[in-house]
Amino acid sequence: MKILMKGNIALCEGAVAAGIDAYFGYPITPQNEVPAYFSKKMVELNKVFVQAESEIAAANMVLGAAATGKRTMTSTSSPGMSLKQEAISYMAALQLPALIVNVQRGGPGLGNISGSQADYFQAVKGGGHGDYRLIVLAPNSAQEMYEFAYDSFDLAEKYRIPVLILTDGMIGQMMEPVELNKTPKKDFIEKDWALTACKGREPRSIKSLLMRDGVLEKHNINLQEKYKLISQNEVQYETYNTDNAEIIVIAYGISSRIAKSAVKLARQEGIKAGLLRPKTLWPFPSEIIKSLAKDGTKLLVAELSHGQMVEDVRLAVNGKVPVEFIGKAGGGVLSEQDLLNKIKNLK
Amino acid sequence: MQKILSKPESLKDSVMSYCPGCGHGIIHRLVAECIDELNLREKTIAVAPVGCAVFAYDYFNFDVTEAPHGRPPAVATGIKRTNPDKFVFTYQGDGDIAAIGMAETIHAANRGENITTIFVNNANYGMTGGQMAPTTLIGQKTETSPFGRDPKRDGYPIHLCELLSSLEGTAYLERVSIYNPQNIIKAKKAIKKAFQCQIDGKGFSLVEIISNCPVDWGMTPLESIKWTEETFLKEFSLGVIKDKTNV
Repeated sequence: MKILMKGNIALCEGAVAAGIDAYFGYPITPQNEVPAYFSKKMVELNKVFVQAESEIAAANMVLGAAATGKRTMTSTSSPGMSLKQEAISYMAALQLPALIVNVQRGGPGLGNISGSQADYFQAVKGGGHGDYRLIVLAPNSAQEMYEFAYDSFDLAEKYRIPVLILTDGMIGQMMEPVELNKTPKKDFIEKDWALTACKGREPRSIKSLLMRDGVLEKHNINLQEKYKLISQNEVQYETYNTDNAEIIVIAYGISSRIAKSAVKLARQEGIKAGLLRPKTLWPFPSEIIKSLAKDGTKLLVAELSHGQMVEDVRLAVNGKVPVEFIGKAGGGVLSEQDLLNKIKNLK
Repeated sequence: MQKILSKPESLKDSVMSYCPGCGHGIIHRLVAECIDELNLREKTIAVAPVGCAVFAYDYFNFDVTEAPHGRPPAVATGIKRTNPDKFVFTYQGDGDIAAIGMAETIHAANRGENITTIFVNNANYGMTGGQMAPTTLIGQKTETSPFGRDPKRDGYPIHLCELLSSLEGTAYLERVSIYNPQNIIKAKKAIKKAFQCQIDGKGFSLVEIISNCPVDWGMTPLESIKWTEETFLKEFSLGVIKDKTNV
């Protein structure tokens, strides 16, 4: 049975089905449904909800709970995401699994409260200090908000890495029918690294200050090996009408919904258009993009920014085919017609 | 030969990186003795700061995590809320707790988080080479107040215990020192009482320990002890600031 709900609520339902132990958050639009939901739900479940004094504190509370092996998350929107970067860099270094959600709004600065996709660089290129990666998931529907939140904890624990769901104000606020079809998770495996107090074992420490000669270098090499493994195993994407396509639109999140409509309209007009939608922004689906970039094909990247993911697409095709861009930033959305016109111009 | 005094089980057999004459070694031992005497070692998850005690996880013989600078109270909140049966304490310096982490400190205290904080006040940023701290005295010369702390430019020393005492969530606040054996005994009693406060579920407890930093103060250890007694303690008077443990 499908239930009509906002994307932000579907996300919460997914986290609850995944067995979340603790939510720490701070109010910011357009993600306010998330802390409001957990403030009620966690009481019912006898689990932890804390409204922190800041995004900084919320992210560090997640760090603390994650260090003890608990399933924990925080959510925010763009300006708050900047504040969380300190703890995220530490969690990447400390190899702590957790879920962080950014319901993007217009920026830079305080921007506005409409949906946006301008935090792509921050999400996939680091965000905080140091040489690290997050697994970045990009849902494009309320259903995927539910499913990605559900899967993210297993993924985070499998690789001991923070997972970021990069969504936007439109996906978060939009109401859609959602099938809550996941089996609630329980009976989690014990984590042999978690701080659970040292009864019957040697004490453990969780630290990232590695001062002795070569130790930090080795730690970084280990992280990179893990990232390589994730790149090999965890790329997710969706293709639509790409088989004989001459123009392939590449878009994620809310933009992919608009792009799909534009591709359908283009097909009706006899234009061989297709869509590639990355579901993981890191690891990025570079290989499939490379293989789609055949001679005579043109790629068109559509984003609600002035061009961020387009850089990764250009890196993937390495000059083999033209990569065009269409974008809009500042809280508005591209229309189907905007995209269709661009596709026609490329023909 | 009979052994009459042992190293606490809660201290590892490691060489500490503290400077000669520094108070941290004494304070670590007092904390470890209290943990042992209250039989808490196998229930403890501690949070180390950024600052001189950053390597605390290498010295304490129980579970310890690191925290970003100033964030131990938030990290400890995350630990304690999800593990209410565990004993959780933070170990922090003056810059960590009262400058960069002041928001986390005040709000953890105000929520009445059932955790304990060991706050080592040595009136400067020791780890980074002796810069002005929120607790640096008026007129005190540091790396970044070379002509002495000037309140017109730098503000005044923060009295954290007094500041926190107005918050309902704080249950026990005491300021102690370790400049002589008599005060070391008092400091240990205060730490033990603060730990007991958490065991009894009374809420936020904090012990501020006035300590010495001879190297960054540019003094010999003996001079630093004399300065603590004659100057430092004139600004920061010792005693129980707040005690709601019997309520």
